[in-house]
Amino acid sequence: MIRIQNLTKYYGKRLAVDDISFNVEKGEIVAFLGPNAAGKTTTMRMITGYLMPTGGDVWIAGHNMASHSLEGRRLIGYMPEIVPLYTDMTTRSYLDFVARLRGLDKKRTKIRIDEVVEICHLEDYIDVILGKLSKGFRQRVGLAQAIIHDPGVLILDEPTIGIDPIQVAQTRGLIKELGKDRTILLSTHILPEVSMICERVIIIHEGRIVAGDRIENLTTILKGGNRIRLKVQGPAEKVTTRLARIDCIQAVAYEKPFHLVEFPADQEPQAEITQAMVQSSWTLLSMEPVKMSLEEIFLQLTAEEETGS
Amino acid sequence: MKNIGIISRKELKSYLSSPMAYIVTAIFLMLTGTFFATYLAGTNYSDTSIRGFLDAGQILILLFAAVLTMRLIAEERKLGTWELLLTVPVRDTEIILGKFLGSLAMLTGMLLLTLYYPILLMVFGDPDLGPVFTSYLGLFLLGCASLAIGLFASSLTSNQIVAAVVAGGILFALWFLGIAGNFAPGALGEVLTYLSLSRHFPDFVRGIVDTKAVVYYLSVTALFLYMAIRSTETDRWR
Repeated sequence: MIRIQNLTKYYGKRLAVDDISFNVEKGEIVAFLGPNAAGKTTTMRMITGYLMPTGGDVWIAGHNMASHSLEGRRLIGYMPEIVPLYTDMTTRSYLDFVARLRGLDKKRTKIRIDEVVEICHLEDYIDVILGKLSKGFRQRVGLAQAIIHDPGVLILDEPTIGIDPIQVAQTRGLIKELGKDRTILLSTHILPEVSMICERVIIIHEGRIVAGDRIENLTTILKGGNRIRLKVQGPAEKVTTRLARIDCIQAVAYEKPFHLVEFPADQEPQAEITQAMVQSSWTLLSMEPVKMSLEEIFLQLTAEEETGS
Repeated sequence: MKNIGIISRKELKSYLSSPMAYIVTAIFLMLTGTFFATYLAGTNYSDTSIRGFLDAGQILILLFAAVLTMRLIAEERKLGTWELLLTVPVRDTEIILGKFLGSLAMLTGMLLLTLYYPILLMVFGDPDLGPVFTSYLGLFLLGCASLAIGLFASSLTSNQIVAAVVAGGILFALWFLGIAGNFAPGALGEVLTYLSLSRHFPDFVRGIVDTKAVVYYLSVTALFLYMAIRSTETDRWR
């Protein structure tokens, strides 16, 4: 649905996006993850046609955004990082204006305004001047504006930034719901958000894609090894030394009340661990594989990138 | 075409919902009204014409065009709505023409409100209506050119004050080109005079509709609208 090839953007001499390529398939929810100034917003602006790339191409459902921008723009709903609100308009007149520009006729506009107002829970704010809305509600109006024409592709730039925790949860739920029958690309620098909403993550740093995969795969690829978390009833220090003596185990760490054990991906030390515990007559209360959290992945990836370059 | 209508209606509504437009209109009417009345009094009510209104109006229209257009694009940039307008399926040309027509509707409204000057003359005297009609045509054309220049200035910046100052600068430079033309020798002088915004207006006041003058104002309008469109396109290539 979204195809990006060798996309590059220079601002004057500064390289903001460096030759990135990726696809987002129909119906996928993909997170664009990266620290501030990584090139997320610039990339999204090129996808939506707001900025022209210095090099490379963007296709939306087969429409090249350089030569067939209008066709491509028709299919996209876009919520920029700064929610684009006319502060002197009411929610209703604003949504009406956007819907009409999106090519909806009067009747359909009316129907859709009612629908998106319900979806985004804006019923009580429909006749309020946008300038008087709080940050959270502005964000909702921004989202309502992006889905007013029922687009197949949604581009959301930091959709949960700057709003309170309850609203964040609501917005995430809403995005997941919208993603059931839409292609969504959203940017964020909040890690837990990614695993909550998205199926796939593309990590971008200093304008380059440093990793991109399904969340499950990314975790194993990055580990380079596996980890097991143990809960053992016994003297912690002795358990640690005993575990370290097992051949294939590379590292042991004690994080109360767990022991974390690291070993190469092709080994299976579970049997030996169990044996060792039984021999020392300690009770093994639990043993489970640990996935690396996205936060760790993120830190590791960006750290690697820095030492590599 | 439809999109131009949607944008111009939005602009007009936005003018009418802010106190700014009413203040601007009130000041415009107050100033032109004063000049209209003092001119009449000055001729001891012997010359039943709207000369006084026109003498002041031609300069005031430049000022008010700069004020009306300064927010058109600069404010969108500041609010971030420019990004919305440039990513909906609407051509850059449609955005610019929509905004131009919205401001033109506002200015036309202001001009229509001054119609009570000639109406007063008709009630109390017997004015020559020919020059009145051509004068209004002249003001309208001068207004078109001024608004296009103002819109172009607004497309250059995100600061409304800067937009107004740039617009005022271009407008008055073009206005006083005529004076420069008087001093420049030969052909150069004639060219400068022809390019001046002020050179073509007196004909309309005298009741003459010169094709050259009409073409001049429409060309200036078209040129600056075109430059505003190009300036919008350039935004995408930052």
